[in-house]
Amino acid sequence: MKKIAILFTALSFSILGFSQENNGEFHGDFDLSMQSYQEDALIGAEAADEIILNNAYLNINYTKGNFSAGLRYESYLNALLDFDDDYKGNGIPFRYATYIIDGLEVTAGNYYEQIGSGLIFRSYENKGLGVDNAMDGIRLKYSPAKGVYLKSFIGKNRTYFTYADGIIRGADAEIDLNTALNFESKTKIIIGQGFVSRFQADNNPKFNLPQNVAAYASRLNVINGRWSYSGEYAIKLNDPIGSLTAEGNNYANGYALMSSLSYSKRGFGIIAEMHRVDHMEFRSERAQEKQYIINYIPTLTKQHTYSLLALYPCATQSEGEFGTQIDVFYKIKKGSLLGGKYGTKISFNFSSIRSLQKGIKYDVNGNEVTEISSSFKNDYNDFTPKFFSKNGELFFNDINLEVYKKINKKVKATGVLAKQSYNKDVLEGKTNYGIVNSTIAIADISYKVKKGHTVRVELQELLADGGDGSWSMGLIEYTVSPHWFFAVQDMYNWGNHDIEKQLHYVNINCGFLSGSNRFAIGYGKKRAGIFCVGGVCKEVPSSNGFSLTISSSF
Amino acid sequence: MKKIFSTIVAIAIFSTLSIAQNRTLPSVDVKTLEGSNININTIENDGNPIVISFWATWCKPCKKELNNIAEVYEDWQDETNVKLVAISIDNARSMAKVAPYVNASDWDYEVYIDPNGDLKRAMGVSTVPHTFLLNSKKEIVWQHKGYVDGDEEELLEQIEKLAK
Repeated sequence: MKKIAILFTALSFSILGFSQENNGEFHGDFDLSMQSYQEDALIGAEAADEIILNNAYLNINYTKGNFSAGLRYESYLNALLDFDDDYKGNGIPFRYATYIIDGLEVTAGNYYEQIGSGLIFRSYENKGLGVDNAMDGIRLKYSPAKGVYLKSFIGKNRTYFTYADGIIRGADAEIDLNTALNFESKTKIIIGQGFVSRFQADNNPKFNLPQNVAAYASRLNVINGRWSYSGEYAIKLNDPIGSLTAEGNNYANGYALMSSLSYSKRGFGIIAEMHRVDHMEFRSERAQEKQYIINYIPTLTKQHTYSLLALYPCATQSEGEFGTQIDVFYKIKKGSLLGGKYGTKISFNFSSIRSLQKGIKYDVNGNEVTEISSSFKNDYNDFTPKFFSKNGELFFNDINLEVYKKINKKVKATGVLAKQSYNKDVLEGKTNYGIVNSTIAIADISYKVKKGHTVRVELQELLADGGDGSWSMGLIEYTVSPHWFFAVQDMYNWGNHDIEKQLHYVNINCGFLSGSNRFAIGYGKKRAGIFCVGGVCKEVPSSNGFSLTISSSF
Repeated sequence: MKKIFSTIVAIAIFSTLSIAQNRTLPSVDVKTLEGSNININTIENDGNPIVISFWATWCKPCKKELNNIAEVYEDWQDETNVKLVAISIDNARSMAKVAPYVNASDWDYEVYIDPNGDLKRAMGVSTVPHTFLLNSKKEIVWQHKGYVDGDEEELLEQIEKLAK
């Protein structure tokens, strides 16, 4: 606390001094989400004791030349129901100061950082998900020569309003070979090498646990004309985590490989991606809780935004999965038969996520305990899944096609067709639900009424046997540029096997935008479900009530 | 605690009142579509207006905004010499798709990627789309959150004011 006071006293003095020269800058942003919670027994929504819950954030940044400092004030009074209740009260959990001089950047305080794609380390924030594992410590970045980038950091990662036990040290080097060696070529190569280590004291009387756990990742990025390849390979060394028992301990190494190849030219792009992840959860503490996760394994599926396409979203199984994905983007030229007057845009996506090879876990007496599908090693087990497996269990499968067409000056239309398979047991950690197979169709049409006025209609249909059965969804939105929007939507679970749960979820929203400010109010029912951003998901309880959001920046 | 905070806020407000006129671009590295690093404050347009638009491959209104502007971008450039810089906030999950998507969409924008949100935070962007307009000194003179059909007309009016 004292430290903050000193930091900001220093800061305020600087400002007073600098403001005379009129070249220091303050800016920031503010977000507020307020929601009322009324009981609705039918959808399982609970009332909140406080009636209204409230999350708010204010960021302030000060910049002058190569110096910047800032803070974030966070207020949870009390946190919205879809947030962990460990977010409680008010505070300034984020503050930092940074300066850059002669190519060296020094940061003290909080920072977000990522090594490569994040396979071994990523600290980031996502307010929608309630994820914030910011680091608190020191970070240095230095560029000793053109095209050479070095960084190193040390710190502890944030868990709600406190910090995890483990000390995280990291370093990364990246070389842009063409720039560094100063040669012009059609082929451009960038290589990178990252390293992260966690220290946590071993206080366990029974086991000799490794106090320092390391992870490495190497990456390569090659571009040749229209072709582009990028790949990253990561290894995490022995890291017993979770249940520290003779049978539960797992000293196996973790591995992750991701690879992507793309080709693109004007009007056409194709990209094929794969990843294989084996025992790759990496945490800042041995405790097996989600707030300690410090790496990020990107989910290899398309991130959908239409509600019924995102009803059953995929989440990465960091402990073991094999995924492949293909995307094709194509723009049919104007004036052609299919292109019409304005051209037609098509995007196709296919993804498939499966488990690794399955094996058996044994107990002290050599009896079979359970099925496993990731590397496992202790005194009684030594299992490493093969690189490729034919008997992998399906986690998720998605094949979808989207066509966008401007029909005339007033009408634009998007159509989507998709087939998805969703392993509810694995992806939601439940039992006996099996796989939900769904077929989805969407039509999204917008019509320009007059200058600045647009009406948009969305019709969505999801047909499924498993899960909650079939759904229909309709939305009407009217927007008046640049200030107003109004929307009414209804999601109807007409195919639920339980007749009492064949319910309508109606939502009404309207908002006002003006320059840097945005206000929105809404009323309606939300279904319980999985909400994901970037492949990281959280379970959201059902709710019923009013909401108010304000977002502003200066 | 309370005291410190109110002091900070007070200072912030006063300073803002006196110096908010000349907000410029922060010194933050972003990635080019080829994977190299570039500092965002080095972007140039020879003293002509620059539009910075934050977007993502998974954000429908963002793509709508950039596609709608793409249809009239040539006219805008002829008229005002404006340059549009599109900053994708796609993270490791979808950043490899940015280049194929941009090429296939036939956009003539300068496109960079901000995979861990460093620039997004530095510029106070909490949701996408979020569009900024920069004058000849690369000072932010106008910004807009969100996008609905027709918003590009207000943006063009603002650009025209600068180009005069």
